[in-house]
Amino acid sequence: MPPLIPAFDSAELAPARAAPDAVWRRRASWRAVVALPAGAIGATLVVGVLAMALLAPLLATADPFAFAAAPLSPPSFAHPMGTDAIGRDLFSGVLHGARTSLLVASAVTLLACLCGVGVGLLAGYYGGIVDDASLRATELFQVLPRFFLVVVALALFGPGIDRVVLTLGLTSWPVLARVVRGEVLVTRELDFMVAAQASGASRRRVLWRHLLPNVFPSAAVLLGLLFGQVLLVEASIGFLGLGDPNVLSWGVLAGQAQGFLRVAWWLSVFPGLAIAAAVLGVNLLADAVSSTMSGR
Amino acid sequence: MSTRFVLRRLLQVVPTVAGILLVSFVLVHAAPGDPVLALAGEHGDARYYADMRRHFGLDQPLPRQLVTYAGRVAHGDLGFSYVQGRSAAAVVMERVPATTLLTGTALLVAIMAAVPLGTLAGRRPFGARDVGVSALALGLYSAPVFWIGQLAILVIALRFGLAPVQGMITAGGDVTGLARAANVLRHLALPALVLASQELAVFVRLTRSGVIDELTRDHVRTARAKGVGERAVLLRHALPRALLPVVTVIGARAGHLVAGAAVVEIVFGWPGTGRLMLDALQTRDTPVLLALFLLVSLAVVLVNLATDLAYAAIDPRVRLR
Repeated sequence: MPPLIPAFDSAELAPARAAPDAVWRRRASWRAVVALPAGAIGATLVVGVLAMALLAPLLATADPFAFAAAPLSPPSFAHPMGTDAIGRDLFSGVLHGARTSLLVASAVTLLACLCGVGVGLLAGYYGGIVDDASLRATELFQVLPRFFLVVVALALFGPGIDRVVLTLGLTSWPVLARVVRGEVLVTRELDFMVAAQASGASRRRVLWRHLLPNVFPSAAVLLGLLFGQVLLVEASIGFLGLGDPNVLSWGVLAGQAQGFLRVAWWLSVFPGLAIAAAVLGVNLLADAVSSTMSGR
Repeated sequence: MSTRFVLRRLLQVVPTVAGILLVSFVLVHAAPGDPVLALAGEHGDARYYADMRRHFGLDQPLPRQLVTYAGRVAHGDLGFSYVQGRSAAAVVMERVPATTLLTGTALLVAIMAAVPLGTLAGRRPFGARDVGVSALALGLYSAPVFWIGQLAILVIALRFGLAPVQGMITAGGDVTGLARAANVLRHLALPALVLASQELAVFVRLTRSGVIDELTRDHVRTARAKGVGERAVLLRHALPRALLPVVTVIGARAGHLVAGAAVVEIVFGWPGTGRLMLDALQTRDTPVLLALFLLVSLAVVLVNLATDLAYAAIDPRVRLR
């Protein structure tokens, strides 16, 4: 069973276990993924959240920053998710917030992908000193408490999406690097690699054309899970009041709720529900993709 | 456990700790704002500024400053809290017991709930119970921890009044001894459950896949063949081996656990390091934040070390490497 939550890669044991089925991995086809219940639900949730973000200006019933109704009005027909402490429509806020949250998560995932796949490929392919150095770096970044690092960075440099993306992106790659490295170690021994090298393919060609496509499927699953984790971290940062108040995100919305818990439950329930739905969606989808690949 | 393994593992800690010190040093130096201007005020005399810089060693080259910084940290000097006017390390350390109580209880609850649930799920993979357990675990894992906390407060504490909403002990109540312990326990229950819900998924998943894996092994087949009952096969032959990786995972999840605890503490007004972090954020007490970051990082390294050694002690396969 592929591990759903890769936060616990037991590095000492992983390669020995992963090796046999790595070779016989099937390609994940979308049809096979969606045929699984987890895949179908996950895909539906992800598509729904993406639609929310893309169509936010069309779907929103009000300007998310404008005064729309009496402050702290409970959900009603006109304001399906109620209004916040200064009378802004929460439904429109959640729709627009999806854009920022998804953007942050995508940017972090992209950055982590570049770092992780890069480090993993080079470490696995070159071995030796490169491998040792990258392992030390991986160990360091794996123990660094990311959440506290982001909090300190935001406290020192002030709130801003760029700092969140940089701090999280540059520290979220270790698990990915380890998995990619493991895949490279297995793949480089396969016949087609030997054939490629024997037929005089350059190092660059081997890395780009032969190794990268083969490590990508397992990297994609991890990146999906990372995407979900980043959504959660962004939400927690917003909850601490460290989000940029001028940019709506699910985290910023969720941050307002704590002070009004006794009087306005909707401020907590709806943004939280949006986050949970999005994270559940990507987790289910990643899970389904990895089960399809391992042939279950 | 061979001394060689222990030594090698201990040596691995050195570069990690050095890296943590470096990251924290870079954070301090990259931060906007000049400490000299902050201390001496703006529009001061240039010579006075230069004196201050010399006095605090800020005129030294950065590598030299890094060494000084590392030396200070080694002596437990993590700077002074602007707000409380005393050692930042002491400010953080006095909050550690409350956080340890919360995280320890949550970890215990999570494991004690996850092992039976994971076993139940792993016995018949993709059966109805498995789907139910996995869905529950994944659902909890996917929800933001503060949201679970807020929902718990809304439903369990406010609606049904089953638990106190905030704090670690009833305010004004001058209770001692067992009554005090009971009071703290009542306050602890909800935050610990909420924090445990975040870790539950990982342990359920691990137990489940471990049980599935072990049930296909030869030693289980042998046990069945010689007539061991299915119950004993599961509990005595498969489960203990399936649980081995749980030890490692405690280490790997330590950072996540403390981060979750910080958020839970804020939701429930639990007076630990997370609550301190929020206070320090609001009063811009950066030395306390940096001390917190450093101490949490070092704690994660130590927990990882401890769990790795514990794992090697119970699983001989690791030692042989």
